[in-house]
Amino acid sequence: MYSTTPRRDVTIVFAGDSGEGMQLTGSYFAHTSALAGNDLATLPNYPAEIRAPQGTLAGVSSFQLRFGSTEILTPGDQCDVLVAMNAAALKTHLHLLKRGGLLIANEAGFDRRNLRLAGYPEDSNPLTDGSLSDYELITLNISQLVASALADSPLSVRERERTKNMFVLGLLAWLFSRPLEPLEQLVREKFAQKPELLEANLRVLRAGYAFGETSELFASRYEIPQAPLEPGTYRSISGNEALVLGFVTAAHRAGVKLFYAGYPITPASEVLHQMERLLAYEVYPLQAEDEMAALCAAIGAAFGGHLGVTATSGPGFSLMSEALGLAVMLELPVVVCDIQRAGPSTGMPTKPEQADLLQALYGRHGEAPLAVIAPATPADCFAAAYEAARIALEWMTPVVLLSDAFLANGSDLWRIPELDSLPPIRPPWATPEHRSNGTFLPYQRDERGVRPWAVPGTPGFEHRIGGLEKEDLTGNVSYDPLNHERMVRARAHKLARLAETLPPQTITLGPATGELAVVSWGSTYGSVYTAVQECLQQGLPVSHIHVRYLHPLPPGLGELLAGFRRILVPELNSGQFAHLLRAHYRVDARSYTKVQGLPLTVSEVVEAIQRALHDEPALHPTGIER
Amino acid sequence: MNQLSTPPALSAKDYASDQEVRWCPGCGDYAILKQVQTVLAELQIPREQVVFLSGIGCSSRFPYYMSTYGLHGIHGRAPAFAYGLKLTRPELHVWIITGDGDGLSIGTNHLLHLLRRNLDVTVVLFNNQVYGLTKGQLSPTSPPGQVTPSSPWGSVEFPFNPVLLALSAGATFVARTLDRDLAHLRMVLARAAQHRGAAFVEVYQNCPVFNDGAFARFTEKESKPWNALFVEHGKPLRFGPNGERAVRLRTTTPEVVSTEEAAPSELWIHDETDRARAFLLAQLWDDPFPRPFGVLYADPSKPTYEELFFEQVQRARQRTTADLPALLRGRNWWHIGNGER
Repeated sequence: MYSTTPRRDVTIVFAGDSGEGMQLTGSYFAHTSALAGNDLATLPNYPAEIRAPQGTLAGVSSFQLRFGSTEILTPGDQCDVLVAMNAAALKTHLHLLKRGGLLIANEAGFDRRNLRLAGYPEDSNPLTDGSLSDYELITLNISQLVASALADSPLSVRERERTKNMFVLGLLAWLFSRPLEPLEQLVREKFAQKPELLEANLRVLRAGYAFGETSELFASRYEIPQAPLEPGTYRSISGNEALVLGFVTAAHRAGVKLFYAGYPITPASEVLHQMERLLAYEVYPLQAEDEMAALCAAIGAAFGGHLGVTATSGPGFSLMSEALGLAVMLELPVVVCDIQRAGPSTGMPTKPEQADLLQALYGRHGEAPLAVIAPATPADCFAAAYEAARIALEWMTPVVLLSDAFLANGSDLWRIPELDSLPPIRPPWATPEHRSNGTFLPYQRDERGVRPWAVPGTPGFEHRIGGLEKEDLTGNVSYDPLNHERMVRARAHKLARLAETLPPQTITLGPATGELAVVSWGSTYGSVYTAVQECLQQGLPVSHIHVRYLHPLPPGLGELLAGFRRILVPELNSGQFAHLLRAHYRVDARSYTKVQGLPLTVSEVVEAIQRALHDEPALHPTGIER
Repeated sequence: MNQLSTPPALSAKDYASDQEVRWCPGCGDYAILKQVQTVLAELQIPREQVVFLSGIGCSSRFPYYMSTYGLHGIHGRAPAFAYGLKLTRPELHVWIITGDGDGLSIGTNHLLHLLRRNLDVTVVLFNNQVYGLTKGQLSPTSPPGQVTPSSPWGSVEFPFNPVLLALSAGATFVARTLDRDLAHLRMVLARAAQHRGAAFVEVYQNCPVFNDGAFARFTEKESKPWNALFVEHGKPLRFGPNGERAVRLRTTTPEVVSTEEAAPSELWIHDETDRARAFLLAQLWDDPFPRPFGVLYADPSKPTYEELFFEQVQRARQRTTADLPALLRGRNWWHIGNGER
């Protein structure tokens, strides 16, 4: 029998050629971890090219999974276990493996051809030349092991070869003391229509498990105790999936249809795909001809009395600028999700960045304020989408939701809310009181400054609205100078009133006043929170303030910031939120910025905190500060 | 049961808003506005069921002058507003008002896609072959050589033929008419309004300020009979003051013939349901051919976007019962709490 070593948390990276099923392997293993009661976070990473050449560095696909017995908020800076299915996978991911970490390498992926494609020098093989002596290296010929497990299978050689990810899955299930049954169940669902493939995959899965048991290659098995999760119903969910469910739920709660229009763009396309499936749920989806049409279509639906939503990324978001200004002018409820990616221009489409913040706030001509909100984690995309829709529908305003590629594709555990626990959504429907002498007044605002929503098809409420400046109350075209100023201020005032109703900003972690506040927004939440947690454990005087509402800023944020001697703002851009805080609160917010198309790591933030506490400027790996 | 009294019939004036119409004196837009209002009254469509969508340009001010619902949007995007509006409120009677700049320059893409999808809307394109609101620049329908502030040496571009473009995009109703022939304008608009599917109407509209008389040869008493061919379903393509001329097809090549010399059986009989011939008809442009006006093509049999979409919705609803809590849970979910897992 093997001894079993308990571990608090473990990070595994599954890396292989993009055809080798690493995403599937990783997500299945994540599922068993969740069933085992662990908290977890995942980060898939795949090539931008659809079919990058096999065996090349560009063709590597990987799946990072961190699970543990404590709260897990990031997929991990480095990994404890690296599975490398070929030489290219090793070359591209070895830097992630901790010293002393477990490296499981598929020998068959290290033949001359694979080594050459991965760029290793002629006649050298990292598996045999001793260069991996810092790691616990386990070399297996998975292709051969699979071939013998399927010796009498009717499948072709190619089909047999494709089951090798199941061997890895079975082996890791054994290594981490996981029952096979939940994995078998997933395999049964996947191959329900293909009995021969089902049989082969189950066999290889079990062979992998049995191999762990009998091979004596491993010194120990591991066990990760359950995390202290709140009672409830859970599932694992990606950011883009959570967005979709958030909007569907909000529209349902508000009693309106959900119209969704999108134009394919990485990393937002998944939102369109998911919406298209939900016809039975009062979702009315459209693949538009471009992003301008997508947002205008959403505006058309909002004019028709329904919630209009679109999701895009940088280039598409730029195309939507004009229509967003129109939505501000019309005061109609639309939500634009910008799933940010590295820019400018086409940039790096699959890589995260937070550099669209100021564009979301200010990227329109004229005075065109709107609400901007950012989710913190993949699962939080549900709540953020719901909140964005609530604000849009109750305040008759466009809302921009700033997600990014890290949240969109990453996943974590989501405690599914009870529908009744969500705040109600009450659109300001027009009533007969909004009529004067038989004419509807589309810009007669309520005490919050919000205009009434009247819907085509309703007799007696016929009205015309447009992008030309409107006369107060009537909505008729007006060039009156004072009317214009009144309307500009009324649109801004509405958002100021919205701010008053938002939950006051609180300290996310640490003391409420003191030496250093680390202020984050959006997807850097997990890294910053975990870093501050580590620093607090080291006894450092530091607090975390995570801001969800980026415009209008929440009440109390200024007062909180004033209680700290130093303010550090880590961001995946060149310091946009820091700029905003300095302008808004006249505080000395210092930036820690990273623009590599990668998320922040915990250790980077810890280091930035330590330097900030010593009043040393943040380090930048390129040596160029700005 | 309460016996509801029949509401009083709506007149053309009932569709006019209280806003002062601000097109230039003599602008062809007035005639189109009046005929649209007349057609709505003829059809007795309740005002609250009608929505006018537009982009930017002189013609796009149209919604403000109607007492119906209306949205004056941004340049070129009027068709896109219609997608969201019609998918969520398919029962509405939606009109898109556009011009040669709005619909054929900045917004061509949306216009073509709307026609391709066969959304059930009526598109009226006011073609004056010039940019009016921005003071007289070249438009995509300006003829070669046109001198404008943006083409002081004369245009070196070839114009779009809007009806041909609409046909190619898949429009199921394609017509051309003129602001100076009120009866014809009203007839065409009425037919377009009743068409099920994407109806495209090009209206030759005179801009008295920047391009006065652009269509004079189709509108003036002397030249009109020789230059304008008014097509009617089932009738030969005849023109001339007394129908002296006609068009006949030699295989696929049209030619002008004298009706005295050609036998009636040789003449091209207009069949508005014949798409292939509609393409030939739409290409009659300059001498020796007259320019065709009327309903060039109408195919009410093609399903609309809304019909196809709602069939899918029906199928989806038969297959899936909407159960939001189940949707949120997804396929793989579990409980945590009280030792239960």
